Amino acid sequence: MSTTMQPPAASPKHSNRLGYVTADYKGADSTLCAGCGHDAITSQIIKAFYEYGVEPYNVAKLSGIGCSSKTPAYFLSRSHGFNGVHGRMPALATGVLLANKQLVSIGVSGDGDTASIGMGQFVHLLRRNVPMIYIIENNGVYGLTKGQFSATADLGSKAKSGVANDLPPIDVCAMAIELGCNFVARSFAGDPKQMVSLLKAALGHRGTAMFDVISPCVTFNNHDGSTKSYKYAKDHEELLHEISFVPFFEQITVDYAEGETKDVELHDGSHIRLRKADKGYDPTSKAEAFNTLRQCQESNEFLTGLIYINEQKPDFLSLLNMTDDPLATLPQERTQPSENDLREIMADLM
Amino acid sequence: MNDFSIQVATVNGSGSQSSNTVLMRSIFQMGIPVSGKNLFPSNIAGLPTWFTIRANKDGWIARRKEIDFLIAMNAETAREDVMNLDPNRVVVYEETLKLNQYRKDLTFFPVPFAKLATEIISDSRLRKLLANMIYVGVVGELLEIDPAEMEVALTKQFKGKAKAVALNKTALEVGRKYAKENFDKTTVPYKTQRMNATKDKIIIDGNSAAALGCMFGGVTVATWYPITPSSSLCESLADYMKDYRIEKDGKASFAIVQAEDELAAIGMAIGAGWAGARSMTSTAGPGISLMQEFIGLAYYAEIPVVIFDITRVGPSTGLPTRTQQSDILSLVYCSHGDTKHIVLLPASVSECFSMAYQAFDLTERFQTPIFVMSDLDLGMNNWMSDPFEYPKIKFDRGKVLSAEDLKKLGSFKRYGDVDGDGIPYRTLPGTNHPAASYFTRGSGHNDRAVYSERPDDYKNNMDRLNKKYDTARQEVPQPEIDNAKGATAGLLAFGTTHFAIIESLDQLKREYNMPVSYYRLRAVPFTNDLIEFFEKHDRVYIVEQNRDGQMEMLVKLELPANLVGKIRSIRHYSGIPIDARFVTDELVAAEKGERQ
Ligand SMILES: Cc1ncc(C[n+]2csc(CCOP(=O)(O)OP(=O)(O)O)c2C)c(N)n1
Ligand code: SF4
Repeated sequence: MSTTMQPPAASPKHSNRLGYVTADYKGADSTLCAGCGHDAITSQIIKAFYEYGVEPYNVAKLSGIGCSSKTPAYFLSRSHGFNGVHGRMPALATGVLLANKQLVSIGVSGDGDTASIGMGQFVHLLRRNVPMIYIIENNGVYGLTKGQFSATADLGSKAKSGVANDLPPIDVCAMAIELGCNFVARSFAGDPKQMVSLLKAALGHRGTAMFDVISPCVTFNNHDGSTKSYKYAKDHEELLHEISFVPFFEQITVDYAEGETKDVELHDGSHIRLRKADKGYDPTSKAEAFNTLRQCQESNEFLTGLIYINEQKPDFLSLLNMTDDPLATLPQERTQPSENDLREIMADLM
Repeated sequence: MNDFSIQVATVNGSGSQSSNTVLMRSIFQMGIPVSGKNLFPSNIAGLPTWFTIRANKDGWIARRKEIDFLIAMNAETAREDVMNLDPNRVVVYEETLKLNQYRKDLTFFPVPFAKLATEIISDSRLRKLLANMIYVGVVGELLEIDPAEMEVALTKQFKGKAKAVALNKTALEVGRKYAKENFDKTTVPYKTQRMNATKDKIIIDGNSAAALGCMFGGVTVATWYPITPSSSLCESLADYMKDYRIEKDGKASFAIVQAEDELAAIGMAIGAGWAGARSMTSTAGPGISLMQEFIGLAYYAEIPVVIFDITRVGPSTGLPTRTQQSDILSLVYCSHGDTKHIVLLPASVSECFSMAYQAFDLTERFQTPIFVMSDLDLGMNNWMSDPFEYPKIKFDRGKVLSAEDLKKLGSFKRYGDVDGDGIPYRTLPGTNHPAASYFTRGSGHNDRAVYSERPDDYKNNMDRLNKKYDTARQEVPQPEIDNAKGATAGLLAFGTTHFAIIESLDQLKREYNMPVSYYRLRAVPFTNDLIEFFEKHDRVYIVEQNRDGQMEMLVKLELPANLVGKIRSIRHYSGIPIDARFVTDELVAAEKGERQ
């Protein structure tokens, strides 16, 4: 097995820096309801991975169980996919990366999958800072089991039947920041431009990059009275900034007046460029992130953008001090101590 | 001579472990076979605990119920401990407990431990520890254990800690001197005498042995969550790996992760197995309960992972620090739906070692979870053994297709039965070929790993999994069969009951002139010779340590109807390790009943 890839010999006209075309990043046809927000996110993942130029063979895509968790089948068909058990994708992803730290890992989960049954694993994934992209396709309901409220449903939000949700929501972004996640973003399936830029930035980040993406469920949660419908999201969206992404393989050119933008350098040398909205938000400040999240929650605004970023923290795999080669493919000579070693151990036990 | 058992009754957390080890080791170093068993409470400090050393010239190392020599250090249980002894036994005790008032038929040796310790040191904490070493000195003198061997054992125990060695040596001496000056040791009917039965033998616990097996089996990822009695497996693994699996540049050829719970531990291990690592987890019954959903996924999606279950007493939290063999059914049929699993059943520390490394070959070869079921008695107690043999095998990494293979083949079917053995081919994530990728899922899939609810796809897949299981029958560790000449009855057992059984077979022959055959299962699924064994004998006693006869149920499922009537059952499930006399008595009584 080799993990360093050779791009195809002749680069077709519409190809990325590795010579792949968009089709190389697509997957099987979606079987989700027409108009489901999850499909929009799928398209954006395809676009971002294509534009960034990720080697498709080198990706491991993982998920739990739910409509959202089906989506890895719909993108990157050249990479290995794993649809695990409900809520426990974080453990699988952690294990995959332990076995092969050279893989690029992307996980897709639902709000039920993450914030209810999988809360424990989610929390520990963030705490460990496992280097992967973790997307929560958040529709406030359980899609696959037909419309029950999830733990991210807003207080007072109405179900299709008219019943109001009487429990407060869990804010996965605030929680992620609290737990030490160093890349926390919130986005909207109906805003492809922002999502693609953020995803590319996540690819340059080393550590868990957490996305909470409002992804309306057109079948069970897109009616009036729902706070996770397309209409509600569009009406209440509050952009933190306009985001563009400058990959490490492109020259940075200054095209904004000083003070208008903020550049954050990512681990791989890429830059994320934030064009300031009125507020002049600083995503490198934890305190500001918490405050802004709270204010928006109080005023029923739906905040999107890069909420928090910190490029200084070590990720889980670096802490383990593993050898550079994937553990999965180490040869026997490197994983079996010698006969002499056993003799030495035995002598000590005599 | 060289045939007695010593029991030390103390309080958990009183630091008697070192003293007991020194005592056991010095007998061992005199060439006398010994075994040590710790019966401890689920508590850190303050509750009663008993450590039993059995010395036996014939090499029997199973538990022996009768105590010959009691060291009574725990005021709380002392009276009961003394009352439980058979007549004519010996008691060494803290003088102030006045135990000699309870029995007239025992030999008592009162020792003022507290007072003697005070004379050595003033520090009250150290005083308690030293009292423990004083009893070792007293016992050493009474049993005529070679003082030189005691010193060697003590130096080994406190390796590198000169001050501790010196202090403890003094305590040993004080004990010995006190016994010499105050007691008539000729009244003690037990003695040690140098022999030559332990040369080149090692002493190790099953969990450390299994850890070594994992290391020499090339484990690369171990993820686990603490639980008695399995914690020491991964802890010991971490220690050994630090010593032997760090590469020249200082980097590790492994990852060991303490997970947040068993759900995560098994999930990580499965993720790593899927991505190609030799991966494992270890746990006990409650952990297995939590892992069930994931284990079903690994079975159905065909992912390699090694799972150690070091069993303890259930159900529920049960008796966390006592032993039982009661997880068999929950392992063989772990998870929902039609599942069945391969379970390896080590009986000794050396099998803990060898089955651990075999498990990694089996799991990668069969692409299915492999359980290794040990128990508290084997896992946490110290056992004498021959040194382990180096596994001179080439690792079987199973049917993994590389990019080069795919170049030749053009494509592959993830769940196809190409070779007719039920075992499919797989590719690892990161393989640089357009045909390499596939999608793994726990839901229905066809042989190309594509989602499918078609009845024929489902059935084909399930039938192939069955075929794979049948292929495994010939490749799992085969049973050990000892057909005794003229035997009409046989014994069938597995795991740690082994040492009690071989001793019992000897008793049956010597005391009752009753030859009994022995079939020792070393794995599930069973092999065909199981049926042969039943055909050869009129009655087969299945010995196991659980209430419901779980192995008996499995055997029943496997036997043709005409043989089922031959099954008899001997069950021991108090949480205390089974002993030979129990097996002998049960079997003799049953056989007598059969003849009436
Ligand atoms: C252990 C377990 N419990 C329950 C289920 C049933 N189940 C399947 S999907 C799902 C919820 C999915 O909701 P969410 O994660 O929000 O994803 P969505 O379908 O909305 O995208 C549930 C409860 C299951 N598959 N496994
Ligand atoms: S039920 Fe909802 S979440 Fe599921 S596919 Fe349909 S629209 Fe999407």
